Amino acid sequence: MTINRRNLLLSGAACTGASVFGFASLDEAFAQATGRLTVCLYPEPPSLMLGLTQTTPAFIVAGKIYQGLLTYDFDLNPQPGLAKEWSVSEDGLTYTFRLQENVRWHDGAPFTAHDVVFSTQECLPEIHSRARANFASVESATALDDHTVEYRLKTPFTAFLQVFEASGAPILPAHIYKGTDYRTNPANESPIGTGPFRLKEWRRGEYIHLVRNEDYYKEDLPLLNEIYFQIIPDSASRLVALQNGTVDVTGYDNIDYVFMPAIRESADFGITHDGYQFAAPLATLEFNTRSGHVADKRFRKAMLHAIDRDFIIENIWFGQAAPATGLVSSPTRYYKDTGPLYPYDPGQATALLDEMGLQPDANGVRASVKLLGIPYGDMWTKLGEYVKQSLSQVGIDIQIENTDPGNWASRYSNWEFETTFCFWYQFGHPGLGITRLYHSSSIAKGIYGSNTAGYENPEVDRLFDEAIREIDEEKRAAMYGRLQEILIEDLPNAPLFEIKWATVMRKGVKNVVTTAIGICEGFETATVE
Amino acid sequence: MLKAGLGRVIKVLMVLITVIICNFALVRLAPGDPVSVIAGETGASDAAFVASLREEFQLDKPIHVQLGTYLANVATGDLGYSYRQRRPVADLIWERMPATLLLTGTAFVLSLVVGVASGIFAGLKRGTWGDNTLVVLCLFGYALPAFWLGLVLVLIFSVWLQWLPAFGMQTLGFTGTWWEQAADVARHLVLPAVTLSAYYIALYTRVMRSSVADVQSSDFIKTARARGLSRRRIIGVHMLRNAALPVITLAGVQAGQLIGGSIVVETVFAWPGIGRLALDSLLQREYMVLLGVFIVTSVMVIALNIITDIILAIVDPRIRKAAA
Repeated sequence: MTINRRNLLLSGAACTGASVFGFASLDEAFAQATGRLTVCLYPEPPSLMLGLTQTTPAFIVAGKIYQGLLTYDFDLNPQPGLAKEWSVSEDGLTYTFRLQENVRWHDGAPFTAHDVVFSTQECLPEIHSRARANFASVESATALDDHTVEYRLKTPFTAFLQVFEASGAPILPAHIYKGTDYRTNPANESPIGTGPFRLKEWRRGEYIHLVRNEDYYKEDLPLLNEIYFQIIPDSASRLVALQNGTVDVTGYDNIDYVFMPAIRESADFGITHDGYQFAAPLATLEFNTRSGHVADKRFRKAMLHAIDRDFIIENIWFGQAAPATGLVSSPTRYYKDTGPLYPYDPGQATALLDEMGLQPDANGVRASVKLLGIPYGDMWTKLGEYVKQSLSQVGIDIQIENTDPGNWASRYSNWEFETTFCFWYQFGHPGLGITRLYHSSSIAKGIYGSNTAGYENPEVDRLFDEAIREIDEEKRAAMYGRLQEILIEDLPNAPLFEIKWATVMRKGVKNVVTTAIGICEGFETATVE
Repeated sequence: MLKAGLGRVIKVLMVLITVIICNFALVRLAPGDPVSVIAGETGASDAAFVASLREEFQLDKPIHVQLGTYLANVATGDLGYSYRQRRPVADLIWERMPATLLLTGTAFVLSLVVGVASGIFAGLKRGTWGDNTLVVLCLFGYALPAFWLGLVLVLIFSVWLQWLPAFGMQTLGFTGTWWEQAADVARHLVLPAVTLSAYYIALYTRVMRSSVADVQSSDFIKTARARGLSRRRIIGVHMLRNAALPVITLAGVQAGQLIGGSIVVETVFAWPGIGRLALDSLLQREYMVLLGVFIVTSVMVIALNIITDIILAIVDPRIRKAAA
C-alpha cells in the first residue's frame, strides 16, 4: 500500500475508533484497512445509465457514479449533493440552487449549471417518467451563472425539494448527451458521472467493478479505493458469501428473511434498518374495485379484519416488517398515525359479510375471490397461502393464480385481476408516492404505478391538488392528514405492513448507510477494515 | 456423396428456420411483454414511457412483420439488439460463451472419462463388491437433483472444510501471473463441474457397464480369446470399440447441451453462463436475447449431431458401409 494523504486519513479515521475496536496501534488499524469493499448485488441491473433505468440494483451501483443536486438525511431533510446551498422564495415559485465548484465529469470536462438545466429540462423529461411528472410544474430553468440554477414554477409544487436524489433526477453530462439520441448514445455503456467512483469493468453475470474517482471534487474523498458488486443469484449462496467474508455488505432483501434472526444473533455482523426511509415500502393487498365483491368497501374491510397482520410479520417476514396504520408509511413526510385500524377480528369480518347479505353455502363458502400471486419471492408466495387459509375461516374462498413477473406486471396494470399484493415506494412525500395511486386523474389502463384500484373520490382529488400547492406547512400537513383518514376509511387498497429492509455489514465496515437512500448513496466516506 | 452433403445442408437450413419460427411464436405466447416488466421493476411509468418503449422494442408493429424483419436480420448474421440492456444480442451471448464452454466442456470430459472408466471396471468385475458399490453410487448420481447436490458440496467443501470457493468464477480483484489466475479459475470450477457431471457420470457408467458385459460374452471375443490374444489387447481393441458405440451416441446428446449451459448449476454457483442469460431473458421477456440463445444453441446441436455421426462412422464400419 502506498502512503498518501488519503490512506493516512483512512488510518486516522480508523484510529479515532481505536478505543472502540481495540486496535493496539495506528499501525494495526493501518494494516487492516484494505480500501476495497464488496457489495452483494442481485438482481443484475439492466444498465447503469440512471436516466434510462431506475431499478433499485441500478441505483445501488450507479448512485456512486452519478449524483443528484440533493440527498436526504434519515428524517428526509434535504442535504447537499451537487448543490451546496438552496433557497425557496416566499411565494414558493422560485427555487435557487448554488452548485458545488470544481466538480468535473469523469472524462475531465467541467460540470456547470448548464448540465443541470439540460438534465432536468431537456433530457430526463423525455426518458424518465418520474422526472417527467416531478418537473412538470417547472415553467423555466435558467443557469444564472456557471454555478447557479434557478427554477421558476407555474404553480407551487411543495414536494419540489424532495425530487433531487440521484435516481429521481440524476444529473447527466450535457456535453455528451445534448443533441443525441439519449437511448442509443454509446456513453450509456460507459456511464460518465460526477460521482466519487467511476466504472472500471462490468463482467455480465459476474461482477461490476468501480474504482476511486481520483479527480473527485471533495479532497481526500472517497476513502475506498474500489468497490466490487458481486452478482449472486442464489439466496443460499448469498448467505454463504456473507458468512465467509466474500461480501462485506448486503442490502434490501438479499438475505432471506428466514436467515435474519440468526444473522442478528451473530457478533460478526452489524445490521441497520436505516437508509430505507426514502423508499419506505408499504406492502398492500390491492383491489380492483371496479367489479365483483371487492367493489364493496365492506367486503374489503372484512378481508382486512380476517388477516392477522402481526402473524404475518412474525412468521413470514420474521420481524423484518412493522404493522402499517395507513396507506402512507411512517418514515414519510406528513405521515399521520391514525392508530391501529381494522384489527384482526374474524367476528367483525363475518358481521360485515352478513351485512352484505353474503351467507355461507353448504360448504361454508360465502364468496369466492381470485388472488393474483405476486412472483417476487418465497415470502410473497407464503403470504398468499396464509391469506387463503385465513380468509377461508370467515367463508371467503381465495383462488390463487400463479404468474411470473412479466405476466404479473402486465395483468396487474391492465386491470386483469381481482386482488393481488404489491408494495409501494413512497419517495419521501405523499405528493410523490401516493397521489399517483389514488388520484382519479391517474386512472390509466396499462400503466404500472397508476391508480390501478380504480378509486374515485372527488374530495380526495381536491385534497391532493390543494395540499401540494399549499405554502403553509401546517395547513398542508392537516390536508395530508385528512387524506390519510379518508383513504383508510375508503380502503381502495388494504395496507398490510411496512417492509423493513435491512443492510447487513460485516464488522469493520463503516459509513455505508449515511442517508435515507442507504446503500444507493455514493459511499464517499465508507471504509472497510 | 456430394448429393448427400447437399441434402444434409438443405435439411439443416429447414430445421433452423422451423426452430426460429416456432421459438418466435412460443416466446410470444407467454403473456406479458418486456415493457410491463420494465415498468414493474422501475415502480413507476406513464403513457409516454410505455409508448416510447413499445416503439423501441418494435412491439407496435404486427407480429408477422416483426417475424419477417427478424428472419431477414438473422439471415445477414444480425441477432438483434437488446433494448433493455442496450447492447447487441450477439455481444451478450458471446461474452457468456467462454464461461459456459469452460464449465460444460470440463463437465463433459470429466463425465466421459470417469463414467467410461468406472463402467469398464464395473462391467469387467460384475458382481464383485467394487461393482456393487459403483451401482449404488450411480443410483445416487441419477437421483440427486443438481441444486441439492450443489448445495451439499458447498456446505462440505466450502463452508466446513473451506477447501474450495463456494461460487463465482474467479476471486474478485485477484492479481497474479496467468498461471496463478488459471489456478484460481480452476479452483472455482471444481464444484460446479462435479455437480454438473454427477448425472452423466452415472449414466455413462451404467451404459458402459452393460455394454461391456454384453460384448464380453459375444462370439468374436471368445474367438479372440481362443486365438490367445492378450487380455489387454482384447479389452483395449476388440471390446471397447464395440462397447463404446452407445456411449458415443449419448455423449452426442450431452455435447448438444454444452452451449445451452445449465440454469440450475449456473444459478447455485453464480457462474456467468448462458443458462442464466436465457432464464433472465425469459423472465424479463427479452425476446431477442432468448431467440438469439435458441438459435446459437440449435446451430450447435445440429453441428454436434453431424460430428457424432462422423465419429460413429469412423468407429463402426457397418454405419460407414450403410451410408455408402
